[in-house]
Order: sequence, then structure tokens, then C-alpha cells
Amino acid sequence: MRRLLSDSGWTLGLAGLLAALLVMTKLIQPDFGVSGLDSLGRAALPFALATLGMAVVVIAGGIDLSLASMMAVCSVTAARMMEGASDGQSALALIFVLALGAAMGALNGALVVASRVPDIVVTLAMLFVWQGTALLILNAPGGAAAPWLRALGVGGLTLPLIPEALTVWLPRSVIFLMVCLAVIWLPIRRSPLGLRFYAIGSDALAAFRSGVPVGRTKIAAYAVTGLFAALGGIAVTMSTGIGEPIPGPYLLAAVAAVVLGGVVLGGGRGGLIGPILAVFVLRLVRMDLTLMSVDPNVTTIVEGAIMVVVVMLGGVLAMRGRRT
Amino acid sequence: MTPKDTSAAASGPGAPVLDAQGVSKRFGAVVALRDASLILNRGEVVALMGANGAGKSTFVKILTGALAPDSGHVRIRGAEARVASPAEARRSGLVPVYQEPSLIPDLDVAANLRLGKTPVAAFRHWVAALGIADLRLDDLIGRLPLATLRILDLARALAAEPDVLLLDEMTAALPTDLVDRVLSVVRAQADAGRSVIYISHRFAEIARLCDRATVLRDGATVGSLAITPGVEERVVEMMLGANPPRQSAAAQAARAPRAGTPRLAVRGLAAGNRLNDVSFDLHAGEVLGVVALEGQGQDELFDVLAGNRRALAGSVAIDGQTARLRHPADAIAAGLTLVPGDRSRALLMSRSVRENIALPLVARMAKWGVIPARNEAARVSAAIDRLQIDTRAQGEVRRLSGGNQQKVTIARWIAKGVETLLLFDPPRGIDIRTKRQIYALVRDLAAQGAAVLFYTSELGEVQQACDRAVVIFNGRVVDVIEAQEASEPSLMRAAYGLTSGDAARKAAP
Repeated sequence: MRRLLSDSGWTLGLAGLLAALLVMTKLIQPDFGVSGLDSLGRAALPFALATLGMAVVVIAGGIDLSLASMMAVCSVTAARMMEGASDGQSALALIFVLALGAAMGALNGALVVASRVPDIVVTLAMLFVWQGTALLILNAPGGAAAPWLRALGVGGLTLPLIPEALTVWLPRSVIFLMVCLAVIWLPIRRSPLGLRFYAIGSDALAAFRSGVPVGRTKIAAYAVTGLFAALGGIAVTMSTGIGEPIPGPYLLAAVAAVVLGGVVLGGGRGGLIGPILAVFVLRLVRMDLTLMSVDPNVTTIVEGAIMVVVVMLGGVLAMRGRRT
Repeated sequence: MTPKDTSAAASGPGAPVLDAQGVSKRFGAVVALRDASLILNRGEVVALMGANGAGKSTFVKILTGALAPDSGHVRIRGAEARVASPAEARRSGLVPVYQEPSLIPDLDVAANLRLGKTPVAAFRHWVAALGIADLRLDDLIGRLPLATLRILDLARALAAEPDVLLLDEMTAALPTDLVDRVLSVVRAQADAGRSVIYISHRFAEIARLCDRATVLRDGATVGSLAITPGVEERVVEMMLGANPPRQSAAAQAARAPRAGTPRLAVRGLAAGNRLNDVSFDLHAGEVLGVVALEGQGQDELFDVLAGNRRALAGSVAIDGQTARLRHPADAIAAGLTLVPGDRSRALLMSRSVRENIALPLVARMAKWGVIPARNEAARVSAAIDRLQIDTRAQGEVRRLSGGNQQKVTIARWIAKGVETLLLFDPPRGIDIRTKRQIYALVRDLAAQGAAVLFYTSELGEVQQACDRAVVIFNGRVVDVIEAQEASEPSLMRAAYGLTSGDAARKAAP
């Protein structure tokens, strides 16, 4: 039991922090309720998906700076293909965009593995490549999202046979996020592939000597990142109803949430629940400060300070835990 | 040894399990292996031996598939083993245990087993047999001690039921009781029909465990001997070759008397898990050689003296005063200056020769403000002249040859003025002329009153540059040899721990 606690201590701490922030929000804004949760979930969704993508590649010992640009490519591709399309066609478009994201990620990974240029340089270069590609596909915000897709992310959960009052407080956007996580990450985490992600991130040489195909595993990790980027791009289109060719502020926000979420930037340690909680913590902090009508410039300073303090505190606690 | 027609013999029961012939490998202009060969029969334990730089580690990498050879072949059970990765080597029946544990630090034991598809029951059996009783499968690898990791690595290899087990310095980090267990288990496995390649510097273990020793020298296999009592001398001779004894330039020089307070007095120093208990005195005007095989604690010794690492026990006194070396700046202030073995650790590669030499002059925090350019230029020029550094490519240190880079690392301390110089294997990979210049310089510095501690991996250098040599084995001083007696064979014997321990007392009177 103690082992379990120490392993998931970081995640539990973040969950506690999130709960405290929710209570605080309710105190600041007494009418914060179902609609507040819904808008929080919708605002956080693209950030959360970007963070999931970044977390996977960081766990495997890499980093992908082209994440936000890949999201832009996927967003505009989805919006163009869905414009005036039937429900069936737009479902196919969705699948195509997911495959496109995974392929873009795999290409990033293959370039990192084959060129032996540091990942940070390769993916920085790809940031510009994908940015240009997005603008080639759609040079101004436009296109459309299928109505059923838009409905997926708006409002509270309603289930047949269960009274609406029980489930409506849970935003559909959060359900969407959980489904993405469960469908993509859970099977990987339980398969040898997931183990290999952690192995190459922790110690690539030891992994190689244990018989892990390091190059292929790395490409797979980048492909999963690309897949999450595609979901993130779709989420952007889903919430705005159009394709957005200019990358949003997702890259640095994702890195921030990954670090705050307990994933070690060197790789090999951390999970995906922590980073998701971190996304909501950061969004809530921003929301609360806005509700308290704090200067937006001060808001970013506070966000940065929270990150440094939390990560530093975590480091101190981890050191003390090791000594005892 | 010429490649024989092995195709006919391959299927027979007497055929070797592993047969490597004519293996060569070069890295750029450096020939690491010329003609290495190794034959391993069923149920046999063969020690692979060679002095530092003989090509052992390259050979191991080729056998285990981490490197591809330029020529030659490796056959396992008669089949050409084209192993392009450790995973393939494993499938063909050869499982290595490397010097550094190859377990993933951030995963627990069970996950590491799943990663390599190791059967858990067999693994547990071997862990228990090797003497670790209380292992939990949910222990995180990164939190286990190094000795345990070595045992887990070996247990994992044994659980894979290999035809050939390759053990590279398996016992280096183990306490004595575990060494005993390991040797018994490995011997029993060999008697049961497995074959073992055993790489070690410890003759006692080789005598107990191995059937044969195959010796590498300068990248070629020079012979293979059955292990019999007294074979150690023959092995040492083979490792050295029939090199004529080199003239000792240093031995005739008049020695400064070793009396009074030593410049540097080291007592009972321990650090890391390799340096256990080292004591010696170094006097002004003396060049004291340090001789050791790889990984016997010499790296830790130099790191402690240079302030790069804290000692676990023991003391260092400079001119009779106990010194606290907590930071490289402390060591430099105390007059201890390190020239590290890896030049890239000491130099600012993309800056000029002058800046590199002047760095210690201007790096002191006490000197703010404008750099006194004229004074600096004069001292730097003097150092460059003295060392005859080729300054044609002086704009960027990285463009100099290795030998000239090495000279720059020494020149900076001459420009600053040197009291105690810690030289860590300076002549590695540089040409003979530069080597001679460096020896002459070291003698010059000593003649002017500097004290020099000089670790070298090339035993022939000891007589040329040093007054005495302390020999370190297993983290302890095992012998102190005067330059006149420091022939390569006697140093080699001492370095392999083949001398009696009473000589060690001479180090620190």
C-alpha cells in the first residue's frame, strides 16, 4: 500500500489541488455550476489532447515541438473534408485525419531516428514544415465541422434510462477525452509496446541491450503523439466549427502540463493521468484569476510561478522519500 | 591460426560452440582489431585477456552484435552468426552480461523481465541460487544497489538458457561472498554443458573458474593457454609481447630527496564503490606514477583530488595542512590542478588556443574588471613556446591535433604556475614525438619543484617519466615500485594483484 501511494503520490496530489481549486472557484463565483464545468471542459479539451501527445513522446525520451503545427494541419484537413459532406463521409474524413496525424508523427520519429540529429532540432524544423502545409491546405480560417461532431463536445452527458440530473454535470468534452485516453493509451500501456516506451526513455542503451528495437519503438512513440495531435486538431475544429490554419498556443502549454503532471523531461517516468489533471489545474487557475479580475499579464506570471514551485516541491519531497 | 574447413566438422559433437576467426575492425585511422580469434568448446570456460587497449572491448562488442566486423567471421554452433543487434545475438544463443547493468532503472524488476521475455520462475531460481534471498519483483531497479543489479543481470542471462554466456568483468562490483556464489554457479553451468567467455582482470578467479585463457595483444589473438598452476607469468608475457625494454630516460636523473613534509599526503581515501583505501605521499620535485588496470579506482582518486567528487573516507593533506576539496575551485586554490584524460572535458573546443590557456588566469572571481591583456599575452606566449604548440590552427582548439590539444590542457596550468599537477593518462592516442615532449616537460616541472601525480595506462611510460609508481588494484595500493625496478612485466604483475600485500606499506611511511 505504501508503495502504491508513493508511486501515484504525484497524481493524488494534483487531484487534491484540482479539487481545492474547484472549491475555490465555487467560493469566488457562487453560480459556478454545470455550464461553468462545461465551458471549462471545452476550453481544456485541445490542451489536454496536446498534452497527452507530448507526454507520450516525452516518456519515450523524446520531444515533439511540431505538435501544435500538426494539430493545425489536422484541423484544417478535417474542416475542408467535412464541408458539405454527409454524415458517413465526415466519419470517413475523421478516420483519414487520425491516420494522417499518426503518419505525420511517424515521419517525425523516422527523421529523428534516421538522421541522428537531436529530436529538438528535427521537430523544430518540422514545426515550420507542418505550419506551411496547414496554410497550403487552407490559407484562412474556414471549412466546417459535421454537426454530429460538434454535438460530441457540447453540453452535459445524457444517457438513456438514467435521470439527466445525475449525469448532466459531467461535460461531454471530458467524456470525449476519457474515451480517447482509454481507447488509445490503455491498450498500449498494457502491451509490450508501452513497456518499451518507458524502457527507451529511461535508458536507451540498457533497453538496446535488453533486446528492445530502440529505433522502431521511438518511431511508434512519435506516431502515437501524432495520433493525439490529430485528435487535438479535431477538437479545435469541433469547438470552433471551422479549421484553424495558424497553430494555437498548445505547444508550450503542453510542455508545461507534462512537467507539472509529473512526467520527467528526460523520459522514463510518469503517466498520462497526471498531465491531464495538470491541464485542468492550469486552466482553472487562469479562470479563477480572470474571475477575480486580475490583470491578464499577472495571470501568466502566476501560472509560471505555480509550475516552478510545484515541480521544485515535488523534487524535494521525492528526495526526502528516498532518504527514509 | 588459419580458418579451417569447419563446414565438415560443424555438425560433429566435437565442433566448437563458438568459432570466431580473423576478426578485424577499424575506426577511421585507428585499427582496433587486426586479427582476433576465439574458439569456445562445449562446457568450456575461456578467459579473454589483454592489456588496456588490446582490443578486448571491441571484440566483445563484435561477438555480442553491438558492432559489425570489417572482416572475419563469427560462427555459433557452425552457423554463420550475422548478429546485427543484441536481440539477434540472444536468439542465436549468446547472452552477454555487460560491465554496466543493462536493466531499465525506471521500471521494476517484473517489468524488466517482461521486456526481455525472461521466464520469471527460472529467474527467481537463479537469483536465489546466486545468494540474494529477499528480492521483490516490484522493486524499482533504480533503487537497488549495484551489486544486486549485477546478480539480477546474471540471473536474467542464465534464465535465458544460453549456449554461450559472456561475462564482462562480472565480479568487479561484487562483495566477496557474492563473488564466491557467482563463480560456483558459473562453474556448475559449464560442467552442465554451457560455454562461458569470462573477461576479468583477476587471476585468482580465472585460475579457479577457467579452462583456458585466450590472449589479445594489439588487436590480434596471440595465443591460447590451458590454465595450469603458474600460467600467470606466461599470460603476462603474452600480453606484453616481446618488446625490447625501452631506455629509461628518467631513471638516471638525480632524485630530489624525499624528506620533510610531503606536498600531498593521501591517507585512507575512499570514494564511490571502486576506490576503497588508498594512501601515498607525493613530495615536491617528484613524479609519482599511478598504475592500475581499468576501473580499479584511479578515476575516483583523481576526481577527489581535483574536487570533482567528495571522498567517503580518508584525508588529503597539502604541505601538512588538511585540505577540504569540495569544488574544483578549492583544489585549484590549493594548487592541485587536473589535466583530465578526456581532453574534451578540459577544453573550450570552439574557442582559441590563447583563451583556453588564459582561462585559469582570468577565471578567479577576485579579478573583476578588464583582463590585463598584455600580462596575459606574455604568459600565454611563454607557455606556447615552452610546449611547442603548433599554433597554425589556433583559432579553434577543436581543429588542433589530439597531441596539440593535450599540450594546451597542460599549457594552461604552466601559464598559471603549477604546484601540484594531476595528469590523468595524457599520452593516450597521441604520437610518439609529442609523448616525448610531454615526458620532458613533466620532468622539467618536477625539477623546478612541482609535484606531479601521473596516471598512465601505458606501462612503458612509467620508467620514462616517473620516479616511483604506486600500483592500485581493487581500490587499494598493492605495491610501490621504484623507477629502476618498474619494468613492464613487474608493473603488469603488480597491476593484476600478483604481488604480496606487504609491499603496500612502503607507500605511506
